[in-house]
Amino acid sequence: MIGAVRERTLTPVSEADLSRMLRIRHFEKALLRLFEQGRLNGTTHTCLGQEHVPVAVSALLRPEDHVFSNHRGHGHFLARYDEPHALLAEITGREGALCNGVGGSQHIYHERFLSTGVQGESLPVAVGVALRHKRTGDGIACAYVGDGTWGEGSVYEALNMAQLWGAPLLVVVEHNRIAQSTPTGAQLAGSIAGRCAGFGVRHERVESPDVNVVRGALAPLVDYVRREKRPAVFEASVHRAGPHSKGDDTRTAAELAEAAAGDWYAHYTRDFPAQVAALEEIERAFIDAAVENVLARPLSEWS
Amino acid sequence: MRVAEHLNRSLHALMENDPSVHLLGEDVSDPYGGAFKITKGLSDRFGPRVMSTPLSEGGIVGVGAGLALAGDRAIVEIMFGDFATLAFDQLVNFAAKSTTMYGRRVDVPLIVRLPTGGRRGYGPTHSQSLQKHFIGVPGLSVYEMSPFHDAGRLFGEIFASGTPAVFFEDKVLYTKPMLSGGDGLHTFEVRDGWAVIRAERDTEDVLLAPGGLTDRAVAALRDLLLEDEIACTLLVPARLHPLDVTPVADVLAAAKRVHVAEDGTAGGTWGAEVARLLHERLWGRLTAPITHISAPDSIIPTAAHLEARCTVQPADIRRAINK
Repeated sequence: MIGAVRERTLTPVSEADLSRMLRIRHFEKALLRLFEQGRLNGTTHTCLGQEHVPVAVSALLRPEDHVFSNHRGHGHFLARYDEPHALLAEITGREGALCNGVGGSQHIYHERFLSTGVQGESLPVAVGVALRHKRTGDGIACAYVGDGTWGEGSVYEALNMAQLWGAPLLVVVEHNRIAQSTPTGAQLAGSIAGRCAGFGVRHERVESPDVNVVRGALAPLVDYVRREKRPAVFEASVHRAGPHSKGDDTRTAAELAEAAAGDWYAHYTRDFPAQVAALEEIERAFIDAAVENVLARPLSEWS
Repeated sequence: MRVAEHLNRSLHALMENDPSVHLLGEDVSDPYGGAFKITKGLSDRFGPRVMSTPLSEGGIVGVGAGLALAGDRAIVEIMFGDFATLAFDQLVNFAAKSTTMYGRRVDVPLIVRLPTGGRRGYGPTHSQSLQKHFIGVPGLSVYEMSPFHDAGRLFGEIFASGTPAVFFEDKVLYTKPMLSGGDGLHTFEVRDGWAVIRAERDTEDVLLAPGGLTDRAVAALRDLLLEDEIACTLLVPARLHPLDVTPVADVLAAAKRVHVAEDGTAGGTWGAEVARLLHERLWGRLTAPITHISAPDSIIPTAAHLEARCTVQPADIRRAINK
């Protein structure tokens, strides 16, 4: 059969959401390009394939909420604060950097966003911040982790305390099926849902690459955390479309193809080709200009 | 007043005067009031600002850091200082680093209290003096309780600094009286974070020791003076690291022989760092290399006769100074 038209599987996407997802995508692609050109120092972890999760989350957060991020945090930051120049300046050690180039890709503290490079370390800290929110208002602490993070004992200490003490803590798990090079099946026994059940912590899982579906599933959970002042765990099933850091992907061709097919980008380009193409042109150009602008700046100062 | 009671009263005053202060720890609530009773009466008086926690040393130090970061001030009690190893990541990689790693000064008003040391027969995992493992961590201060220093003032100083601190409290010191004035033989003077204990001005022998060693160091000083006719000045800093010796520069300037004593085990120690610092400063004026007195490179056994061999005794200090 020729000319078969596949039915759309995604709901219509707002321009704001799609633009932001594409902005993050092109930010990450620009970073990988800069690495290839030898123009970035150190390492970085891109969130290719996972951009829609923080875009879905951020719309549900309030300015007073705290966000805790991890090593794969560019999307978390850019979804909350539309400041790609400042983030790029941080990663490249240029003037206007978020943290004067000291923290780099994985140690950022800006307004109510804080990231650290040690897995699971931020969860007890987020419990402390959430307890203060509970005492002083309706704010919450939202902490992003990966599936690999669930190997850390601090996660369980934090869940236990959060549930015992009623801390308004939302844990967003970006379950991308792989921890650096280790498939989740080889590093996580049981399930995240089962582990949450052990603590009596409410847990929801969403499988969809659709930003609206992700947000729709999360919204009642955020309400619950905010109103009931209880912790909750939201698990979004995603695909890591890129390498762990750079050029270190050991997955087979079939596994990479599966990840690419599961990428939200593949779904959106298939269902909304014209909308994606139009916005992508804008975002690519915007990020290219941002790269040019930031790399022309003087080096950052730290006193 | 005994040191334990002084600490307890200091915490009461601190929490009364500053509603942002929160205290967490295992079994710290009433009626138990903590394993060493330092937190007695606090939960009855200050309610939810005092939290008995699960057995999660890393977790509760993280919660304390989170409270501190969000605008509160936090004191975390770790029941035995030995268990600070379980919180090493939160202390070193989060609380301490956060003060500078975000490219600007970030205050983390957090105090982690660590009941420490041997001589109580608690055995190898409940008797250690782990100070040396926290020396030289950027963004972390190391304090030790002494019978000369006002704990409330030290807590206030730490919070005002915005730099997180580990605060060691010797478990035998808890049972000893606070000291001021003198003991008939020596005068006790406190100045800018140091206690100066001496029988006469400008002694040629000077001993530096953290507060937990006070009883043994003073006993050694008495024996040295009365039996050996050696006058030695004892200097006790409240803050072990970073160590600022300028307030006692005059005492050190008169010294010909300097000795450093500590409860930690030999190798890579606080005392070695002090000796390095003082050698730079006093080189050329000393008549001998700085003497170092520490526990041996050994675990701390449980049985009293074995434990005594592996902890610093007054005779060890006297012998080293008299050599």
